[in-house]
Amino acid sequence: LQEGGFSRAGARSRWQTMSTTNNIAQARKLVEQLRIEAGIERIKVSKASSELMNYCEQHARNDPLLVGVPASENPFKDKKPCIIL
Amino acid sequence: LLRQQEPQQHPWEPGKQTPPPTRSHRLSLPASFAKMATEGLHENETLASLKNEAESLKGKLEEETMFLHDVLFHQVAERVEALGQFVMKTRRTLKGHGNKVLCMDWCKDKRRIVSSSQDGKVIVWDSFTTNKEHAVTMPCTWVMACAYAPSGCAIACGGLDNKCSVYPLTFDKNENMAAKKKSVAMHTNYLSACSFTNSDMQILTASGDGTCALWDVESGQLLQSFHGHGADVLCLDLAPSETGNTFVSGGCDKKAMVWDMRSGQCIQSFETHDSDINSVRYYPSGDAFASGSDDATCRLYDLRADREVAIYSKESIIFGASSVDFSLSGRLLFAGYNDYTINVWDVLKGSRVSILFGHENRVSTLRVSPDGTAFCSGSWDHTLRIWA
Repeated sequence: LQEGGFSRAGARSRWQTMSTTNNIAQARKLVEQLRIEAGIERIKVSKASSELMNYCEQHARNDPLLVGVPASENPFKDKKPCIIL
Repeated sequence: LLRQQEPQQHPWEPGKQTPPPTRSHRLSLPASFAKMATEGLHENETLASLKNEAESLKGKLEEETMFLHDVLFHQVAERVEALGQFVMKTRRTLKGHGNKVLCMDWCKDKRRIVSSSQDGKVIVWDSFTTNKEHAVTMPCTWVMACAYAPSGCAIACGGLDNKCSVYPLTFDKNENMAAKKKSVAMHTNYLSACSFTNSDMQILTASGDGTCALWDVESGQLLQSFHGHGADVLCLDLAPSETGNTFVSGGCDKKAMVWDMRSGQCIQSFETHDSDINSVRYYPSGDAFASGSDDATCRLYDLRADREVAIYSKESIIFGASSVDFSLSGRLLFAGYNDYTINVWDVLKGSRVSILFGHENRVSTLRVSPDGTAFCSGSWDHTLRIWA
């Protein structure tokens, strides 16, 4: 089906078929989605990275798996020493 | 994140010159739009004009991408101290499933765990003692999804039955758990993931039918559906409550999509993986999320930069990553793989800090406990392991 040559007045010409209408519907949907994406406010990677880094650093000492907690504070770590028989 | 569409930048404003936008001169629209503007939008748009606009918008987006990608993520991390040696061991092994463990979730009490299996069984465990507290047999096999309710009083699960059902947890020995079952979600294909929102009243589901959906638990009513994935949706994760009503999903179409829960709209979409995305998890601040894929990589996407910023991979890792989760500070990423191992990644530097052996088959599910003291992994070897 040809892409160009449709009536400018907007009335359906006899060459306009269901699949052409669907193509327009699809194209319109794509354009709408792209407009949304183009409207998103984005920040630089340098800024994004340093903010993620700051979050890590601020919360590091409260991260048990990162800093390690003594057995007395971790319910999963055994408190009793092992006895080798 | 959505900026108000400024009227001067609308391509269909009749007759007006588009002034350069305040952000960057590189983003101004070509002059041909001024001509097209006189034609108006809906009645006179043609396939050609729509395609032109699409191409122009794509070009605009590409230019902006290059402008914003000013530095490599790991370069910024060079100033951060390297991590020391990690000693993480299996502290508990939960045995009792008769077949592959497919999914697990922690209770907010940081000790109870719900897990589901290929054999149709859903078990609630006390991870401190390894005792089984509840067990229910589902009418279907391959229970691929399970979740603990925020109150700790119920669990949700589903799989090949195409449904998500909620079971209230009762300590009454005489009560049959299955008798109180409530069917909440109905999909047209398997349930791959489910999660309560911040209350027991709503459940978010992902399905092999390519959609996600939000349901009211009490009435079973569909509150919102999310269409956009081109294939099975395999995973989802809700944004931390402080960051608002969004969630991320990943699918067999290799896409990770971020959704607005109220409107049903996809607000951001990422397609950089080379294969199915099996797992997605938000970074604790809510500004980023990680994904694990059959392409053997895990990736980090920053939502405000709107792009992938890191890839966690090694030539020696050739099997798919099935599930990922962050430690409490977001510095560590734990990832379970189909080669039976768990790799621990330094999120900032991009290097692997540890590899954990123990499971005797694929690791299928992995979650860090709510207080970050341990993480649990589930495997096709029928067991779950608690690591700390």
